[in-house]
Amino acid sequence: MSTSHLLVLQVVIPLVVAPLCILIRKQALVWYVVLAVSWGTLFSAYRLLMQVLGHGEIIYFLGGWAAPWGIEYRLDVLNAFVLMIVASIGAIVMTYAKCSIIKEIAEDRVYLFYTAYLLNLTGLYGVVVTGDVFNMFVFIEISSLSSYAMISLGRERQALMAAYRYLILGTIGATFFLIGIGFLYAMTGTLNIADLGVRIPDLENTRTVITALAFLTVGISLKFALFPLHGWLPNAYTYAPSVVSAFLASTTTKVFIYVLLRILFSIFGTTFVFDIITLDRIFLASALLAIFSGSITAIYQTNVKRMLAWSSIAQIGYMILGVSLVSVTGLLAGIIHLFNHAIIKAALFMCMGCIFYRFNTVQLSDLKGVGRYMPWTMAAFILAGLSLIGVPLTVGFISKWYLIMAAIERDWWWLAFAIVAGSLLAVVYIWRVVEVTCFQSVTTKDHPEANQPHMKEAPLSMLIPLWILVIANIYFGINTELTVDVARQSAEWLFGIK
Amino acid sequence: MISSYIHPAFILIIGGLILPLLQGKWRSILALLLPLIALVAIWSVPDGNHYSISFLSYELEPFRVDKLSRLFIIVFSITAFAGVLYCYKQASNKELSTALIYAGSAIGVTLAADMVTLFVFWEIMALASTLVVWSARTDASWYAGMRYVLIHLLGGVILMSGIAAYSHETGGIVFTAMNLESLSSWLILTGFLINAGAPPLSAWIADAYPESSFSGMVFLSAFTTKAAVYVLLRGYPGTELLIYIGLFMIFYGIVYALLENDMRRILAYSIVNQVGFMVCGIGIGTELALNGAAAHAFTHIIYKALLLMSAGAVLYTTGKRKCSDLGGLFQTMPVTCTCGIIGALSISSFPLTSGFVSKSMMTQATADGHMLVIWLLLQAASAGVFLHAGIKFPWFVFFQEDSGLRPPEAPLNMRLAMIFFSFLCILIGITPGLLYQLLPYSVNFVPYTVGHVLLQLQLLLFSGLAFFVMLPWMQRTLTISLDIDWLYRKALPKVSEMIISILSVAGAYFGTRGQKITGILSDCVMRLYGPHGALSREIQTGFVVLLVVLMLGLYLLLYLITI
Repeated sequence: MSTSHLLVLQVVIPLVVAPLCILIRKQALVWYVVLAVSWGTLFSAYRLLMQVLGHGEIIYFLGGWAAPWGIEYRLDVLNAFVLMIVASIGAIVMTYAKCSIIKEIAEDRVYLFYTAYLLNLTGLYGVVVTGDVFNMFVFIEISSLSSYAMISLGRERQALMAAYRYLILGTIGATFFLIGIGFLYAMTGTLNIADLGVRIPDLENTRTVITALAFLTVGISLKFALFPLHGWLPNAYTYAPSVVSAFLASTTTKVFIYVLLRILFSIFGTTFVFDIITLDRIFLASALLAIFSGSITAIYQTNVKRMLAWSSIAQIGYMILGVSLVSVTGLLAGIIHLFNHAIIKAALFMCMGCIFYRFNTVQLSDLKGVGRYMPWTMAAFILAGLSLIGVPLTVGFISKWYLIMAAIERDWWWLAFAIVAGSLLAVVYIWRVVEVTCFQSVTTKDHPEANQPHMKEAPLSMLIPLWILVIANIYFGINTELTVDVARQSAEWLFGIK
Repeated sequence: MISSYIHPAFILIIGGLILPLLQGKWRSILALLLPLIALVAIWSVPDGNHYSISFLSYELEPFRVDKLSRLFIIVFSITAFAGVLYCYKQASNKELSTALIYAGSAIGVTLAADMVTLFVFWEIMALASTLVVWSARTDASWYAGMRYVLIHLLGGVILMSGIAAYSHETGGIVFTAMNLESLSSWLILTGFLINAGAPPLSAWIADAYPESSFSGMVFLSAFTTKAAVYVLLRGYPGTELLIYIGLFMIFYGIVYALLENDMRRILAYSIVNQVGFMVCGIGIGTELALNGAAAHAFTHIIYKALLLMSAGAVLYTTGKRKCSDLGGLFQTMPVTCTCGIIGALSISSFPLTSGFVSKSMMTQATADGHMLVIWLLLQAASAGVFLHAGIKFPWFVFFQEDSGLRPPEAPLNMRLAMIFFSFLCILIGITPGLLYQLLPYSVNFVPYTVGHVLLQLQLLLFSGLAFFVMLPWMQRTLTISLDIDWLYRKALPKVSEMIISILSVAGAYFGTRGQKITGILSDCVMRLYGPHGALSREIQTGFVVLLVVLMLGLYLLLYLITI
């Protein structure tokens, strides 16, 4: 079987297995099936990435219909990398999910969660590999609809409301996206990204194309929660089950940033987007607002998951900041932060899942002295937190380093300072959690059930995946060869240097 | 490439991390052994770069051994040993292990040959030292530690920006001597100087250190400021600016120490003063001056730790820190008193003590360089040191009027640590060759010439005379002297309070509407970001949709304008 078939199997397998889950229904069995799919697609994503790195782009015509008439799947370094991010987070989170899901989702709905999860995976994989904008829209809808369903599975009543709001806003985003590609189709008669990339430059002075760009940017920004379009995110991440928060926070937003890059760079081109329209100015302003508002708001949160959600809004700001610097280094920083933030945030949300598993709460005021019962979980939280702050020898540092470098390249000293100052805000909100959980002493009043047998470390099936991510945080912070190289290749490729 | 030699910083840091897992005898044995293992480790390593790790497009070299780094690591590990010996029975588990991590990170800074490694250890040092301050477990130490860590994080931010700029300018991250020609070197220098306690941020030393526990301050005095002296020695030798910064620190320290009533704050100001001598020596930049600065760092760590051990023993047994509450303790604490006096003589550079053999190098360097004004100022400062630390501390604590306190002598392990350091002070004073052979440059300097000794004795004699003549003025009452930290501890909140009250007065003047405006101003931040602020509140979905439309409009507007 050639590797190019893997490209289509990547999407088809989770799609086919998803309905099977409904038929199987038995919790334990479904989990094994989903786990097998997750690890299987991770394996194939890895094969694909290696293939792309070694032999260049992979192109696959669905049904043998050649582009631009048929749908093509097209994999270059950038989307192979994003595919790898989604697949690896998916595999790790699924390994972790078993215990956490039983705790956080009503028993009779567990199989529905797994179904929705597989559909979500299908959608995300599809968005990433497809080379056709309409096909992209379809996959966006698949992934979005299933994520609304996953969020609504949260046990608290607010989860429904959060999912509903996300549904409304997500649908608006998708509609805008559809309007955008509609305009593009009206002007060019094609839906193939590569083909659009050839035709659009001649039509860029028309109002239709400009309006299309506006709809596309706003629609996609809404999907990845770029400040001030972040309204759906805090509640969605807070009330979703921890597994869902961990998975969505580290994959969905990344995939939509990938979509943004694809649309801006591959269809409209850098000259038009940045030199003529100067989109980078809006991005810069949004990114800075996101970093500071997100971090400062995170400081004041009382629910740790909500705090992490706000921190995500700030971190999305860093990624877009990298894009807005319009340089290879800046874009490299943005792309590498896709990966880095994925493993940081997944680890942090998984820590909260562990704590919720034992303590039934993630309200900061109820977590006094939790570190005493769960030293491994809190150690993981501290290490991932250090990475979020950007301490050297963690992945967070690598992102910050390239961002600062990109800022200095443009002689924007104030920005370099702002980036570091933003990290200091992260110190504050991470420290609040560490202080309460590790330094405040436990009183029996806080935990009437203290010293009971269930007040102990989370089960190994949760700790091991968590620690794999934590170790990845440090490993990729020291050995940066693979990630930096791939990110650099993608950034150069997007700028058309290679 | 990683050689088989063990990095001494890792010994202490990893050891410090596993220390809390042990109990009783094993804990004490491990705590005492760790610094000794580090000492042996550094002793057995030949000069050169031993580790090399690729990181990004750079090489990390965390293990550079040469004469300069070896000198600092020797004194760091000796001090860590004596510090542990001093308090292993009394200090809390947490303090002991953070103190070891702290010592390890200072050693890490000293061995780093590249800026990224340096920065990592620099930040570990800041955090570990904050934990040492906090392990006093008092409210005062909590707030002082907060202010301390904020200043050090600020320093870290400046240093990090400097390092990023440096790597952009030079394409590398090797830590070597720099000159003040580019922005990056200014930023890095600022980061270093904040840790050295240079103006205008000198106040953190006297603010935070005295609030630590009786033993915590022994560790604190040794590492942060001296690691800063080391990086200045390595990075900025011969930078003229440092002479003036050093002189300022010298006199700042003396003036505040003379005004102070709290014995530990006196000694804290004296740290600024002594680091000032070293910074000044680094600024002069001749081989003799640099040797002098390095030697002075070595001897200073030892005698300052000794002074703080004796002050700590007094605090431990009496629970009092203020000179006006103490006095007459020599009767029941003869060992502590004698050791304190030896430390005091050393800091005053009394001949036959360690201070004399190091400081005379620096004064000689100014004389050789024909820097008359600086030479005079340094001599005057030497007299000042004798006044504030040499006589004032032992006199008010151990002698003067009897306070009626009859505390027991310090416990055995504390006495042993003090005797060990007193011995080192005198040993170096008598056989300076021991120290001189460790110095980075070869030494042709003879401390014990008739001229040097005579000059120093005259100086000490007359300032001693001055002290006793002016004793009535020297007598401290219960006062608090104002320092720069007053600005951010008291003035800043006061000013903002004042602005708010002025605004509210103005508001009242303009009627209820004005009051409303001031009300909004005062809690503007909370309204926006607070737990129930605009951003974290539940917002209507409709509002978000409105935002979406606004953004779309904004984009369209921008596009249509620019096209």
